Amino acid sequence: MPFLEISDVRKQFGPNVVVKGFDLAIEQGEFVSFLGPSGCGKTTVLRMVAGFENPTAGRILIDGKDVTTLRPNQRNVGMVFQAYALFPNMTVADNVAFGLKVAKRPAEEVKARVDEMLNMIKLPQLATRYPYQCSGGQQQRVALARALAHKPKVLLLDEPLSALDAKIRVSLREEIRALQRTLGITTIFVTHDQEEALSVSDRIVVMNEGKADQVGTPFEIYNNPATRFVANFVGTLSVLKGKVVDASSGKIQIGRHEIVASRRMFKGNPGDPCSVALRPEAAVLENGHDHAAAKPNGANGNGVLRNRIGGTVDDVHFLGSVVRIKVKVEDDAISLDTFNNPNTTPPQRGAPVTVSFTPADVLVLEGA
Amino acid sequence: MKQQRLGAWIAFVVGTLYFIVPLIGTFEFSLRLKRGEYSFEAYRVVLTDPKFLASFGYSTLMALITIVIGIVLVVPTAYWIQLRLPKLRPLVEFITLLPLVMPAIIIVFGYLRLYNSSSLIPLTANARSTDLLLAFSYVTLALPYMYRAVETGMRAIDVRTLTEAGEILGASMVTILFKVIFPNVRVAILSGAFLTFATVIGEFTMASLLNRPAFGPYLQLIGANRAYEPSALAIIAFLVTWACMGLINVFGQARQPKRA
Repeated sequence: MPFLEISDVRKQFGPNVVVKGFDLAIEQGEFVSFLGPSGCGKTTVLRMVAGFENPTAGRILIDGKDVTTLRPNQRNVGMVFQAYALFPNMTVADNVAFGLKVAKRPAEEVKARVDEMLNMIKLPQLATRYPYQCSGGQQQRVALARALAHKPKVLLLDEPLSALDAKIRVSLREEIRALQRTLGITTIFVTHDQEEALSVSDRIVVMNEGKADQVGTPFEIYNNPATRFVANFVGTLSVLKGKVVDASSGKIQIGRHEIVASRRMFKGNPGDPCSVALRPEAAVLENGHDHAAAKPNGANGNGVLRNRIGGTVDDVHFLGSVVRIKVKVEDDAISLDTFNNPNTTPPQRGAPVTVSFTPADVLVLEGA
Repeated sequence: MKQQRLGAWIAFVVGTLYFIVPLIGTFEFSLRLKRGEYSFEAYRVVLTDPKFLASFGYSTLMALITIVIGIVLVVPTAYWIQLRLPKLRPLVEFITLLPLVMPAIIIVFGYLRLYNSSSLIPLTANARSTDLLLAFSYVTLALPYMYRAVETGMRAIDVRTLTEAGEILGASMVTILFKVIFPNVRVAILSGAFLTFATVIGEFTMASLLNRPAFGPYLQLIGANRAYEPSALAIIAFLVTWACMGLINVFGQARQPKRA
């Protein structure tokens, strides 16, 4: 039996249906991320779990108990907000103690728990400071300690890293994950940042227009996107328009190039339009137009079949450890990543190049 | 650039003189009770007058009652509007501004028609209930100041998120209101309270028409019958108002919200 169960939950604001039949079962101790663009309904689902919004239909169960109509203060969940939401009139210690004092726990227990939580977030020295005397990262750590102090059954994280700078985001998300593992607390993490979701989650729910488009491990979501939306939203994807040559053997015509896709069976009659997608890390750059190899299933030296498409360098983005190169292929473009090598100059714009990739790297998207 | 600065200084000096010269004149006149010398005799006469103490005490008490009623009425209202009914804000703002555009005499006549001794709620039937009616009248009169001050304070904090943070930690709405919201809008409430105090302490129309022994009618009475004492009273009234304004500043600067 799942620890947290969201069954056929719908939410409507006036005529606007924001969440359309959302189902999810989360096991105890699992870290699940809701990933999606703004307005996809991820925060609304989180707020319904917290009790800040009432579902128009459906049920929410926590540890077997139906909490659908319970007030937030009756659910025993903890929440960390994007805007920290620390009480400005209270010190850090008082903020952490708030939930325990409200629950009328004995003073010694409150003090011991506050000390424990501040040690856990490695900020015991901030106990007497006010929130405005702490940095953004420190405030969010305190917010996390406050959310966990009263030992909630579920931890909800509503874009907790969005207001922080890049370096702190990375370190704090790792800390959050480590804490979650240590405490074994069931956690829902809302984010629109795919890197965040991919790096910390046990499972990811990719949401689109009020529905879960795909639920899976980060590996599944990235490598086997179930829908065109998931494929486009998670990671960078180059989409090329083509036509089916022979669906049974996976042959597809991209402009004047014929390639082979072997990853997933697709349907279609010869001549039907289709789209194929490539991840930047799947494509390899070869210098010059290799016209002899620009044919389907050209084999490399190891005997592995590779598709080859000729094009010209359209743009080069230096991203530090990685150089992203955009290659124009007739009407479309392929982005590919190469590791930065200080001894090798990146290709110049307009240089003729060949992009190669294996049939297994080609993702055939449904529809044109 | 220099010309602009000179213009600003001239405007400032003219404005200051316009304000301060009559005040200096009033103060100077209030010191002339004794012929041929300056003295604080007028102040001594006023401050030792039992009617002054009684009327000032009465108005102070009424101001405190008004402040309490105003806070109890305005803070939860502003909080709830900010939290749950933001669409009602323009309507409530309009209603709270009405006492500024409606003369006090109209309001008090309305009250007299509604609450006279032969009405369903005869608040003017005895002195105590008339005091209550006067306090309610003052609440109406001070509503624009109290509501504005509190509403501005509420807008300065993220009421919704703080409330949700409190709720998710198990607190009831009452606990959140008293432990989280009130302390964070304390300065705003105090500003509203001091403005209310300054408004009530010298109010004449309502107290006079309801026939209550307030400081406003006392000022008018002294003004009609004495020469130097009204000037002394005017200076005292100014000092009380300035003290209120000073206290607003003191409390306002006591804990300004800061960002790291």
